[in-house]
Amino acid sequence: MKYVREILFPLIAVLAAFVIGGIVVWIIGDSPWQTYKLLIGSAFSWPDGIGYTLFNATPLIFTGLAVAVAFRCGLLNIGAEGQLYVAAFAAAWVGFKFGAQDPGNTAITPFMHLPIFLLVPLCCIAAIAAGAIWGGIPGVLKAKFGSHEVINTIMLNFIAVALLSYFTQYRYKIPGDPILQTAPVSPQAHLPTLGRYIPGFPERIPLNFAFILAVLACVLVYIFLWKTKWGYELRATGANPSAAEYGGVSIRKQIVLAMAISGGLAGMVGINEVLGYRHSYYDGFSANYGFVGIAVALLGRNHPVGVFLAAILFAILLRGGIFVDAFTLHVSKDIVDMLQGIVIILVALRPEAIFGSGKKFGLMKKAKV
Amino acid sequence: MLELRNITKRFGAVLANDHISFKVPAGTIHAIVGENGAGKSTVMRIAYGFYTADEGEILVNDQVRDIRSPHDAIALGIGMVHQHFMLVEPMTVAENIVLGAEPGSAASLDLKKAAAEIRKLSDEFKLAVDPNATIETLSVGQQQRVELLKALYRHAQLLILDEPTAVLTPQEVEEFFVILRRMREQGKTIVIITHKLSEVLAISDDVTVMRDGRVVGNVKTSETNAAELARLMVGREVLLRVEKPDAKPGAPVLSTKDLTILGRDGSKRVDNVSLEIRAGEIVGIAGVEGNGQTELIEALAGLIPSSHISGSIAFEGHDITRTDARQRKELGIAHIPEDRHRRGLLLDFSLAENTILGVHYRKPAVSAGGIFLDEKGIQRRTAQVISDFDVRPPNAALPARALSGGNQQKLIIGREFGLPPKFLLVSQPTRGVDIGAIEFIHRKIVALRDAGCAVLLVSAELEEVTALSDRLLVIHNGAIAGQVDPKKTSNEDIGLMMTGGHR
Repeated sequence: MKYVREILFPLIAVLAAFVIGGIVVWIIGDSPWQTYKLLIGSAFSWPDGIGYTLFNATPLIFTGLAVAVAFRCGLLNIGAEGQLYVAAFAAAWVGFKFGAQDPGNTAITPFMHLPIFLLVPLCCIAAIAAGAIWGGIPGVLKAKFGSHEVINTIMLNFIAVALLSYFTQYRYKIPGDPILQTAPVSPQAHLPTLGRYIPGFPERIPLNFAFILAVLACVLVYIFLWKTKWGYELRATGANPSAAEYGGVSIRKQIVLAMAISGGLAGMVGINEVLGYRHSYYDGFSANYGFVGIAVALLGRNHPVGVFLAAILFAILLRGGIFVDAFTLHVSKDIVDMLQGIVIILVALRPEAIFGSGKKFGLMKKAKV
Repeated sequence: MLELRNITKRFGAVLANDHISFKVPAGTIHAIVGENGAGKSTVMRIAYGFYTADEGEILVNDQVRDIRSPHDAIALGIGMVHQHFMLVEPMTVAENIVLGAEPGSAASLDLKKAAAEIRKLSDEFKLAVDPNATIETLSVGQQQRVELLKALYRHAQLLILDEPTAVLTPQEVEEFFVILRRMREQGKTIVIITHKLSEVLAISDDVTVMRDGRVVGNVKTSETNAAELARLMVGREVLLRVEKPDAKPGAPVLSTKDLTILGRDGSKRVDNVSLEIRAGEIVGIAGVEGNGQTELIEALAGLIPSSHISGSIAFEGHDITRTDARQRKELGIAHIPEDRHRRGLLLDFSLAENTILGVHYRKPAVSAGGIFLDEKGIQRRTAQVISDFDVRPPNAALPARALSGGNQQKLIIGREFGLPPKFLLVSQPTRGVDIGAIEFIHRKIVALRDAGCAVLLVSAELEEVTALSDRLLVIHNGAIAGQVDPKKTSNEDIGLMMTGGHR
């Protein structure tokens, strides 16, 4: 019963969203069938479709996990966006300060020249740590002063964006570069693409080792939440803080911990972006990954497996949108945003309100005296 | 006045009411008794139009009526007072009463007229309620009378009262019964849902006993007694009295000295309490709810920040005032909290996950490394609790939410007894628990005492604290008003002390 609800309900929500979207497409004057064929079919071509879909899914897996972990502790992390920016910047900074200079880097002299097997892990740790700190701040504020994490994470998004634009523009940009980005990171800080190791999979597709890290993160988050005493404490806090407190769990500690883990996971987007893809910090690179992460977590029922699947779905739409834009007469890629919106509205509904069967059980409990 | 014929109601697979039939003659007080889940609230909610029956018919004044909503019920002169009051605290009595039945035209609200009418009703039944008082300034007993007025204002001839005495002190219960009798004299009909047998015998004319969704007895109150009613409710002989040998108190286990506890708002909740509990005795605390019992228990369990506490708490001679909840559990202080849904359980977690709450960081909940949960160890412990404490249904994978109140409580007790405790804090151990489970829980607590555990018991049920306790402290306004011997003191005297009067 529980599993049916957890799996079936999001599935129905997605299908229903497609039906509604199809009606809109039909009203606009295109063929829903053709549009959906473009939207979804284009994700399954080998190697480009699949490669780009998985590449697009990578940041969403990280942010989806980030939101899910916070949510399991009863917290809403709206700040994954700010956390991943800070993390990406931290990764870039370590990347150009601690490794041999990139030929294109004419502005910044590194402290030292670390080899790749040290520099890449160091950059990863920097990203995770920076995200964890940026996420941990609202955690500490909530634990110490009781201020609401939703407000503080939103505000920290603004602060992160403004601060990093400043640093990029005035401190770490190559003079004369028309693009608002930092100096390139050391070649020793590049995360290899998967194309280098998979026969028949071209290296031009930016899918890189960060995707493997994302899958690993799903597994680790699952083990952490359901197989360790720490995860138990975190989930207990989210399920009923009073009962957790009664069980000897420090609520404040859990809030800080959950927000830091959440921030760290969001920060891993920086690994994909800086080490695996652009090789510099590019101002405003995030396509709202932090916010789409909320939708991913919601659709994925705050479970790592669900998050993974939801991230793939959203990545499919993201890529398909480009094709819809190009090959249909009337419909634009905005259909993707619309579909995402409808899915989230549907997923946010209580299943009981629609099907009623579960609700009756709830009423039965209340009926007892 | 009211007759139910073959009312049947299903919730999914659960048969909540199975061909329920009974008659309530006009001008009588009719009690409906039964254990939790027997279906007594369900059937009365059907009569009030909250639910509609799958089968059967409802007759009001000998005519078959179709009651599809509370609106229909009110139109037929049926009113209902719920266990949890439905009042808007910052609004006045009159505003609350007219809510949903506002006098005057659609645009204007004639509160003056309403207030006058309410005052008239209040005088007629001697309820002594001021229509202009705000709800939050009223006592619980007065709020209940406001609920009665709400129904009377809507011209109710038949009043359904769902567990009306659960929140009242013994004195308030007496006053309340006087009001009910007066209403009966004035020709009103009353249906009272309860599980307290003494009240059934004191107030009702007829009794309908329900068990497992069926009527198992329709009797005249004058022709029955508590033992018979209990047997009908449970389906077997029940010990109504707690059988316990005299206590053999040993060494002091826990003591407090000048313990003062401040609430969140800075007001004094517990005032200079010094007490001592010895091994092998049950010390009871009697008092009207909200007189500091909650804070006292929570402070002893380590759940109130030490910045709100002055004075000291000692356990086996060591000061533990500044230790936290986990450290106290480690010492052997178990705690059965008053509100099992808020404190005691993770309702959406499985029984297995609930049986490790508080001991989840040590064996057998974790494996050798001390980090990973030990699935097998948890299952073994859960199976132990389920079998030792007869938790039903015995399925460790079920969410705690799926259990009845009594079984949830048995799960908590099983968990806490497994510490094992040297000192047990137990608050409202049988609230919302059916008679069969009450007997079981009482026996377990006495057995724990006989094994040498010190027990501090708080209960809103005066009968429960007097029956279980070896010594009884009465708390009033956060201070200990006195100590009495529960065997030698009458409930009236204790009740007087609870409300600040003297013996």
